Amino acid sequence: MTARSGAENMAPAIELRGISKAFGPVQANKGIDLLVPRGTIHGIIGENGAGKSTLMSILYGFYRPDSGEILIGGKPIAITDSLTAIRAGIGMVFQHFKLVQNFTVLENIILGAEDGPMLRTSLGRARAELKRLAEEYELQVDPDALIEELSVGHQQRVEILKALYRQADILILDEPTGVLTPAEADHLFRILRGLRDEGKTIILITHKLREIMEITDNVSVMRRGEMVASVKTAETNPTALAELMVGRKVLLRVDKAPARPGAPVLEVRDLRMVDADGVERLRGIDLSIRAGEIVGIAGVAGNGQTQLLEILGGYPEPGAKLAGEITLKGQPLALKGSDARARRRAGIGHVPEDRQVEGLIMDFTAWENVAFGYHDAPEFQNGLMMDNAAIRADAVGKIERFDVRPPNPDLASKNFSGGNQQKIVVAREVERNPDLLLIGQPTRGVDIGAIEFIHKRIVALRDAGKAVLLVSVELDEIMSLSDRIAVMFDGRIMGERLPEQTTAGDLGCLMAGVAPSDQDAEAGA
Amino acid sequence: MERMPKWADVILTPLISLVLAFAISALVILAIGESPVEALKVMVEGALLSSYGWGYTLYYATNFVFTGLAVMVAYHAGLFNIGGEGQAAIGGLGVTLVLLYLPWPHWALALPAAMVGAALFGALWALIPAWLQARRGSHIVITTIMFNFIAAALLNYLLVNVLRPQGSMDPASASFPPATHLPKLSDMALGLGFEWGKNTPANITFFIAIGACLLVWLLIWRTRLGYEIRALGKSEPAAVYAGISPTRIIVIAMLISGALAGLMAINNVMGEAERLIFNAVEGAGFIGIAVALMGRNHPFGVFLAALLFGFLYQGGGELALWTTIPRELIIVIQALVILFTGALDNMVRMPLERFFMAMRKRGGA
Amino acid sequence: MDFATILQIVDSAVRLMTPLLLACLAGLYSERAGIFDIGLEGKMLMAAFTSASVAYATGTVWLGLLAGIGGALALSLVHGLASITFRGNQLISGVAINFLAAGLTVLLGQKIFGLGGRTPSLEGDARFHAITLPFAENLRGVPVIGPIYAEVISGHTVLVYLAFALVPLTWWVLYRTRFGLRLRAVGENPASVDTAGVSVTRMRYAAVAICGVLCGIAGAYLATGISAGFVKDMTAGRGYIALAALIFAKWRPWPALFATFLFGLMEAVSNRFPDLDLGFVTIPSMFMNALPYILTVIILAGFVGRAIPPRAGGEPYVKER
Repeated sequence: MTARSGAENMAPAIELRGISKAFGPVQANKGIDLLVPRGTIHGIIGENGAGKSTLMSILYGFYRPDSGEILIGGKPIAITDSLTAIRAGIGMVFQHFKLVQNFTVLENIILGAEDGPMLRTSLGRARAELKRLAEEYELQVDPDALIEELSVGHQQRVEILKALYRQADILILDEPTGVLTPAEADHLFRILRGLRDEGKTIILITHKLREIMEITDNVSVMRRGEMVASVKTAETNPTALAELMVGRKVLLRVDKAPARPGAPVLEVRDLRMVDADGVERLRGIDLSIRAGEIVGIAGVAGNGQTQLLEILGGYPEPGAKLAGEITLKGQPLALKGSDARARRRAGIGHVPEDRQVEGLIMDFTAWENVAFGYHDAPEFQNGLMMDNAAIRADAVGKIERFDVRPPNPDLASKNFSGGNQQKIVVAREVERNPDLLLIGQPTRGVDIGAIEFIHKRIVALRDAGKAVLLVSVELDEIMSLSDRIAVMFDGRIMGERLPEQTTAGDLGCLMAGVAPSDQDAEAGA
Repeated sequence: MERMPKWADVILTPLISLVLAFAISALVILAIGESPVEALKVMVEGALLSSYGWGYTLYYATNFVFTGLAVMVAYHAGLFNIGGEGQAAIGGLGVTLVLLYLPWPHWALALPAAMVGAALFGALWALIPAWLQARRGSHIVITTIMFNFIAAALLNYLLVNVLRPQGSMDPASASFPPATHLPKLSDMALGLGFEWGKNTPANITFFIAIGACLLVWLLIWRTRLGYEIRALGKSEPAAVYAGISPTRIIVIAMLISGALAGLMAINNVMGEAERLIFNAVEGAGFIGIAVALMGRNHPFGVFLAALLFGFLYQGGGELALWTTIPRELIIVIQALVILFTGALDNMVRMPLERFFMAMRKRGGA
Repeated sequence: MDFATILQIVDSAVRLMTPLLLACLAGLYSERAGIFDIGLEGKMLMAAFTSASVAYATGTVWLGLLAGIGGALALSLVHGLASITFRGNQLISGVAINFLAAGLTVLLGQKIFGLGGRTPSLEGDARFHAITLPFAENLRGVPVIGPIYAEVISGHTVLVYLAFALVPLTWWVLYRTRFGLRLRAVGENPASVDTAGVSVTRMRYAAVAICGVLCGIAGAYLATGISAGFVKDMTAGRGYIALAALIFAKWRPWPALFATFLFGLMEAVSNRFPDLDLGFVTIPSMFMNALPYILTVIILAGFVGRAIPPRAGGEPYVKER
């Protein structure tokens, strides 16, 4: 990859100076500086929640920064809304496409960029322009097709065409390959290179190291709202980037004795799932967890972990097609026609990935939520009524043992902090002593104190001889808690590792879909 | 962190909404050249300062308790049932069939059977919209509106062609046998030795309404079904996570809602008219929406709101009698209550939340 | 049934369908932009009252029409405020508007005219009168076409012709103009409009305003075209039938014409033959009255071609992260 001469002579396409943005107490961006030279492909990489999307939303006028300065082509600019951004030559391809499903490609292209009050002239010009762009950049797409009839890859092309039709000089793509097949992704990269060679500036937001190495000229790394490094891609390697991304911060070590695994509790054989939209989410998962063992699933969000948890928890997405086999302590579990209630009776506890959407009813009081999912348990019934006194007493005990603060069982769950909400969910699921605990993102948005507490309880459950399936996007957490690590990528298990025999770099590569054999090659490049 | 204290959420917001609704109503009265103070005086005198007034106020309130509870139960499941009007009308049909086609020696025997008839017919009228919502995703608001009209047409047909006694010109059923007539509150007072509410329609159903409030409260906050209804209404994904079937809960909640609306017929058909007449519900099904919204979807709130609307209804009648203000003033008030407590909730809530946030910040600094 | 009777029924159907068509197109603009509107009934009723009142006071039906539009627009504004600005529940707002109109019209009518909610009868220039199209009488003698022209096509008020003209016009606006493109987009995926730099709020307010104007014309036609003045609750559920027609037409203008004609025809038939004797069975008028609603439920159930509403309908737009 050669750095284009002349790029240095011109003002940078984008310059950010000290951009900060907070959402309530959460500092999403802290003093971000960024310099993107014209005519380059610039990668921005970071873990989930590192603040990449917030930064790009600021660039596209969705949010105003609390402080800091934006310069486009060397000129300071206040981007107050999307229209300003478009006029400044910025085009955005969102992760979730902003297309009207039952419009034609042409209609989507001209929406908001019409030439006049009548559509006829706009449509004519767009058709000609589309033809030109298609030939120039390999962006072929049928202008009269309805969006809903197009493949995801073609829909993405429409988004790119939309930006180019508005004469964007700077193109921002947010996780563009997340929804693409490898072949489609390759095609996209060819298009992006073509655009760069025409002098366009491209910002590529991703968490996939392979893509960064393959296509970018420069790369900036974000971690916890800060920009921690900006380097030339040619001068770095995947392992170094993975470490920058994850950070060398002190690992939260959990004191735990070596595992003494017993008999297998959960066996998953060739589990496959195609969702209602026809997208293959799980492509043959094999997994085994034994009693007294924590198996951690590492991976970037959206690689099938959610679907795996939902299927094991008994509530796959409606309309999904399932195949494969699951057994719990030797007993087969039904893939279809089951529900979460049956799974709980079978002995599976489940701390869901999103406590606010699934794990808790936010308007319920803490004590009501401590029974949630177990509200039909015999000890909570009193004839025709629910035994609220018993539920409350049970909740008071759990709140005390889990040090939920404030220890007020009558407070609505939405009024607890994230950590205390999570403690309520974990207390509910762990204290039932399930044979298998499914636990997703146990410490997302949870403060340090609560993290340690929750980790200890998970280990205690393991030591009591139970099986734990831990899903987390936090590599630290996976490495410090797991007895065995499986890395998921694109609906598959990319590989298994023992925590003491692996590194963040190694796992980062697996998470990015780079098989071990490729790693050395790329590191040496 | 709470955006604002609980008391502000539960009491202050609805109170401000209510004050706004009444303030605008007062402006409307001023605009038509009358005095709001005088109007209020007439209404209070006519509805609250005599046992006669109370007899009507409680009669109307009884209707509104049932329809308000019906809206409330559906609302807790996340459903907006505006079919109370039709469900109550069909409930009246159930009462009529039970009372006209079965022999009843005494009202105390007829009453439970009529209640079953009313509840069953009301529930059945809610079943099809419920099923279509749960299984076919058809919007329950539209289907329940359509079912209101279908109910009106059906009753119209039955009253004219089937239930109308021979020789009668009235589109109404035959009168129910005297043995099935429910005791009026005035009769019961006489039995206790004092005169109260002579010639008013308030009847024993008022106590059934109070019982219904208690039962609905128990159902929603004390039973497993109520727990599941509330969970589904707050978050469908969470309900699914907990193993609660949305289809089952939608259908059951609507059956209960329809049954409650249907039970209103015990008051107006069995208790007052003592026969089935056309348009017996007179909009009470819709007032249930205002009652539930104002009562914050709590049975106690519903009871209070029903009393308020009972007062407004009776007071409005008095207004029409003694002043030039038509009784439609009540419909305007009802509309404003729905508008402010339902649709414009954020208009009151957002400034209030900002106020409390600012207060806390200042207190914290 | 002879040819003349059929013509009379169709002629009556054209009259009866006109307010339905206008209200249906009104709802079409609003709902296509993602704002559900069950307040068509109330807006029509308010317009009927204000138009009749002003027409009576000024003796000029055109001023009445303007007043009708103004009355309906005022309620549209309330709906916009509740459902767009304050992101309230669009259905609850619609219910409130229906009651507001039902109450206010009687209250104000009683105050102004003292006739128990009616306006005095409108006469002369205070009403819309039938227009006889050119040569209608001359052509009457021509077989088949002559009577159709003279009976069915000629002899309606200007608002009827306006309503029919609005069907192709709406189609054209919706599918051939920039405004229509943005309107449809805002009801399907407001984020697509927002990210394209167009204000969702402005588009939705525009749609709600058009809805008000058309409801205003519909109400004015009821009070000054079909009838000679306002009568309490004179819309009698027509707003809901228009809503049913809108669903029946799957939110499209030409099918809306067909659906409202069908519903108008049902009303005309049941007016003419209270008990329609088909030989083997007698259909009571109540069944004909309920038929639009029954058909709508069947359509909604998706057994006969599914009616899919605009995807973003009913949801207030909140920018997502």
